Amino acid sequence: MKPRQKRAMFIVAGVTGVGLAVLLVLNALKSNVSLYFTPTQVMNNEAPHGRSFRIGGLVQEGSVQREKDGLTVNFVITDMAKHLPVIYKGILPDLFKEGKGVVAQGKMEADGKMHAEEVLAKHDENYMPPEAADALKRAQAAASGVTEANVVSTAAK
Amino acid sequence: MAINWFKYSAPSTFYGLAGKMIPWFAIPSVVLFAVGLYIGFFVAPVDAVQGEAYRIIFIHVPASILSMFLYLVMAGYAALGLIFNTRLSSMMATALAPTGAMFAFISLWTGALWGKPMWGAWWVWDARLTSELILLFLYFGFIALHASIDDPRRADRAAALLAIVGSVNVPIIYFSVKWWNTLHQGSTIKFTGTSMHVAMQEAMFITLLACWFYAVAMALIRVRSIILERERNNLWVSELKEVNS
Repeated sequence: MKPRQKRAMFIVAGVTGVGLAVLLVLNALKSNVSLYFTPTQVMNNEAPHGRSFRIGGLVQEGSVQREKDGLTVNFVITDMAKHLPVIYKGILPDLFKEGKGVVAQGKMEADGKMHAEEVLAKHDENYMPPEAADALKRAQAAASGVTEANVVSTAAK
Repeated sequence: MAINWFKYSAPSTFYGLAGKMIPWFAIPSVVLFAVGLYIGFFVAPVDAVQGEAYRIIFIHVPASILSMFLYLVMAGYAALGLIFNTRLSSMMATALAPTGAMFAFISLWTGALWGKPMWGAWWVWDARLTSELILLFLYFGFIALHASIDDPRRADRAAALLAIVGSVNVPIIYFSVKWWNTLHQGSTIKFTGTSMHVAMQEAMFITLLACWFYAVAMALIRVRSIILERERNNLWVSELKEVNS
């Protein structure tokens, strides 16, 4: 074998080896690499107890309620299978909306609610002008009550 | 007539060829940037959810794609240099690194500017953002390692190893939004099609092309000065018109 073929083999073998090792490490750390838990995972006791963690999903339609002080917000995060109530005091990001993606960080308290310190909005991968969004909404409403099912697929995974 | 491609793997002949190629990449880059950004900022409609802020994609997305793509090209050249012992391949890898680092930085910077109003945070340690940050550090590491070794041939070999090992990170960046829960949204451009309005798409592809032309032009300009610097003791360099004047 020529020296350069040898070098090429070493490189291919090296990259394959490193790639495999990284893949195994990342697989072992799977739950640590994910940014948030889904409500289903929390209900299955996969989320940590007694310390802060993030939960992600959709803001349930009709669940956002502001308290009298104007700053405290109650809402429900859902992955369409399980629901989890959240209470948050602070300013919400622009994209925070019912039916849209959200990630909240906080602790589960005895009242069964997550007391959030931070609420982040999660945007989906769809870009369209307002007219198209309206048309899509009307078409979906006409078809059935099921809306934004494709957005949930990311949260439910 | 058959062209002998190997002729151009010699730095002395590639120097002249690169000089002739630069305008063919620099000028289209300027034109495409102008057209792409015009469509992006004035023709493409606003986004239903994000409003005007979504227009970041005409810079953020091309910069992110190029930062990953250029890393693979750089690692490819580094591997060629290592396997075939060709000086020019290693010089091309060195010439690509700063442009790639710049695109990675732009991607992170514009993303942070968009993240604050949209997500509510400049930065989160999710898998997509963190792996892109590692990419930026890999570029910095490549440049620093190459600069820290005096003998250029040894520097080429050491930096090439770093570049090749680091290429494992690129697929991680790309698939991070699929494999893990991230705050960063999933891919809009997929192999199965895009979920984006046509005018937005056009502007984004045009600026992507502009960035690609820009990267090639910059790499050629840089590789020319690297060739001059490394071959300065050779006869052909001392005979150059621009060196003698």
